[in-house]
Amino acid sequence: MITRFLWQGMDRNLRLFVLLVLAVGIALPLLNQIVPPGSPFHVPAWLLQLIGKYLSFALLALAVDLVWGFCGILSLGHGAFFALGGYCMGMYLMRQIGSRGVYGNPILPDFMVFLNYKELPWFWYGFDNFGFAMFMAILVPSMLAFALGWFAFRSRVTGVYLSIITQAMTFALMLAFFRNDMGLGGNNGMTDFKEILGFSVQADSTRAALCFASAFMLALGLVVSAAIVGSRFGKALTAVRDAESRMRFLGYRVEGYKLFVFVFSAAMAGIAGALYVPQVGIINPSEFSPANSIEAVLWVAVGGRGTLIGPVIGAFIVNFGKTWLTGALPEVWLFALGALFIVVTLLLPKGVVGLWGQLKARSQAKKARAPA
Amino acid sequence: MRSTSALLYLSGVTVSFDGFKALNNLSLLIEPGEMRAIIGPNGAGKTTMMDVVTGKTRPDSGEVVFDGRADLTKLDEANIATLGIGRKFQKPTVFENHTVRDNLLLALAGLRKWHRLLLAQPTKSEGDRLAEILSIIRMEEQQHMLGARLSHGQKQWLEIGMLLAQDPKLLLVDEPVAGMTDVETETTAQVLREINKTHSVVVVEHDMSFVRALGVKVTVLHEGSMLAEGTLDQVSADQRVVEVYLGR
Repeated sequence: MITRFLWQGMDRNLRLFVLLVLAVGIALPLLNQIVPPGSPFHVPAWLLQLIGKYLSFALLALAVDLVWGFCGILSLGHGAFFALGGYCMGMYLMRQIGSRGVYGNPILPDFMVFLNYKELPWFWYGFDNFGFAMFMAILVPSMLAFALGWFAFRSRVTGVYLSIITQAMTFALMLAFFRNDMGLGGNNGMTDFKEILGFSVQADSTRAALCFASAFMLALGLVVSAAIVGSRFGKALTAVRDAESRMRFLGYRVEGYKLFVFVFSAAMAGIAGALYVPQVGIINPSEFSPANSIEAVLWVAVGGRGTLIGPVIGAFIVNFGKTWLTGALPEVWLFALGALFIVVTLLLPKGVVGLWGQLKARSQAKKARAPA
Repeated sequence: MRSTSALLYLSGVTVSFDGFKALNNLSLLIEPGEMRAIIGPNGAGKTTMMDVVTGKTRPDSGEVVFDGRADLTKLDEANIATLGIGRKFQKPTVFENHTVRDNLLLALAGLRKWHRLLLAQPTKSEGDRLAEILSIIRMEEQQHMLGARLSHGQKQWLEIGMLLAQDPKLLLVDEPVAGMTDVETETTAQVLREINKTHSVVVVEHDMSFVRALGVKVTVLHEGSMLAEGTLDQVSADQRVVEVYLGR
């Protein structure tokens, strides 16, 4: 039954796309590990790290699209779920440093020694275990999404008001995480990671594994999202997006639909954050900044909201642009981002994926007209 | 809560918005199998009455009882719809990004819970019921067409099909002939009479010729209360009705 559930939502294009994601996630690490550095086919470690980072962003974009594109909930706070997942991974990585920190304390991370902590705060217990930390990386964002969604959806907060609440949530969390007495590293956050599961985070082989893990989780996210969207639940979900009150008068309890997809999406964003942190080597409160969440929404808009492939493509396009422009012309990036937003809103309401569909429809229309 | 043989029983219902009484001590009784027309000038409380019955608006006071057992003032839209009250809106509202078939599937009585729908597979009885409805509304040809691509008339038909799929005991119809030609108005009256053979119907309408074509008992609302009740000829002869509504 589960296989049928997972299979039902995938059309041919999506199957090919999932295979492509997996192929990238397998080929790049192999080209780094097996091909010698001198060869033109060798993939350098920095590229692996970059692609791995983009893959985790793509998973975040998919999470945003699931609530925005398919349920009409414009979340401007998904960066918070991403960052919470990242912090859970960060806490695990901090505990793995052990006595190799600057202060050499076997239990307390450096920043706690620096801040005169005498013992480990209670909420740090268990984070030395990888399984527990990953469980929390899913559970903590999910619980936050559940609490927020429970009240907001029951009170029928929708549209721009909901967007503002999610934005306020991530801003409040940013301010909280900036405080040193939160016990989570304050404004410096967490960094200087040494090992993940006993492997050095700096090693090429670890980077290769993390890149593969990111691709794998993105592929899994695509498959499960497709199953949800393709089920009868998915039909009801898009109907809620298009005509919420009509669904209520048909007898659907709309809150349940929204809450499920919001919580699932937050969990997905949490996983993305947990994959992101070991690849960039740092997590700090700026990840909660509202601009990050808005940027994630932009990836979805560029790629094509309401499609599953779109957000992945959008995340790659915008982030390649960002990496390139912030290197070449750093002062131009924000203007480019603004211009991109305007262009997409005016000319590409369905994003890059939608453009592809438009061009195809036009060529078909031309073909249909030709014989007459 | 009073026990009553009426399908829908409203007693002393009052709704006020910022001091303005949209409904003022309204009482109304719909018998099983009945079709009732509700008329009244703008602001008489017709739409508010429908909102109260479907759970969109909570009354400040009064009783609203459905089927002699359910207190509608305590239930929300989803509960009330599941009990068997369907609502057709003035403007046809179908799901534009869904096919005709999926529109009907979503309306089909039965599965409503999100966790049941995740794993729901199409069943034979559902398929039979959909085929039956598609043939009644004569839309087999268009069943895979998106709602957005239907003409205005086709949307009306689809919405009627959705109501059949929902199979409510009581059907509330809000201004069904607004913006229609005379011929379309006459056809709609026929359709409603057809539906009334198996369902109870409440029609809110402005259009007098349409109400005459329905030929059913009429309730006149004015300033949130009932002003008169009877056949159209009876209420038309009522001097107060003439003053507030027909005379203008």
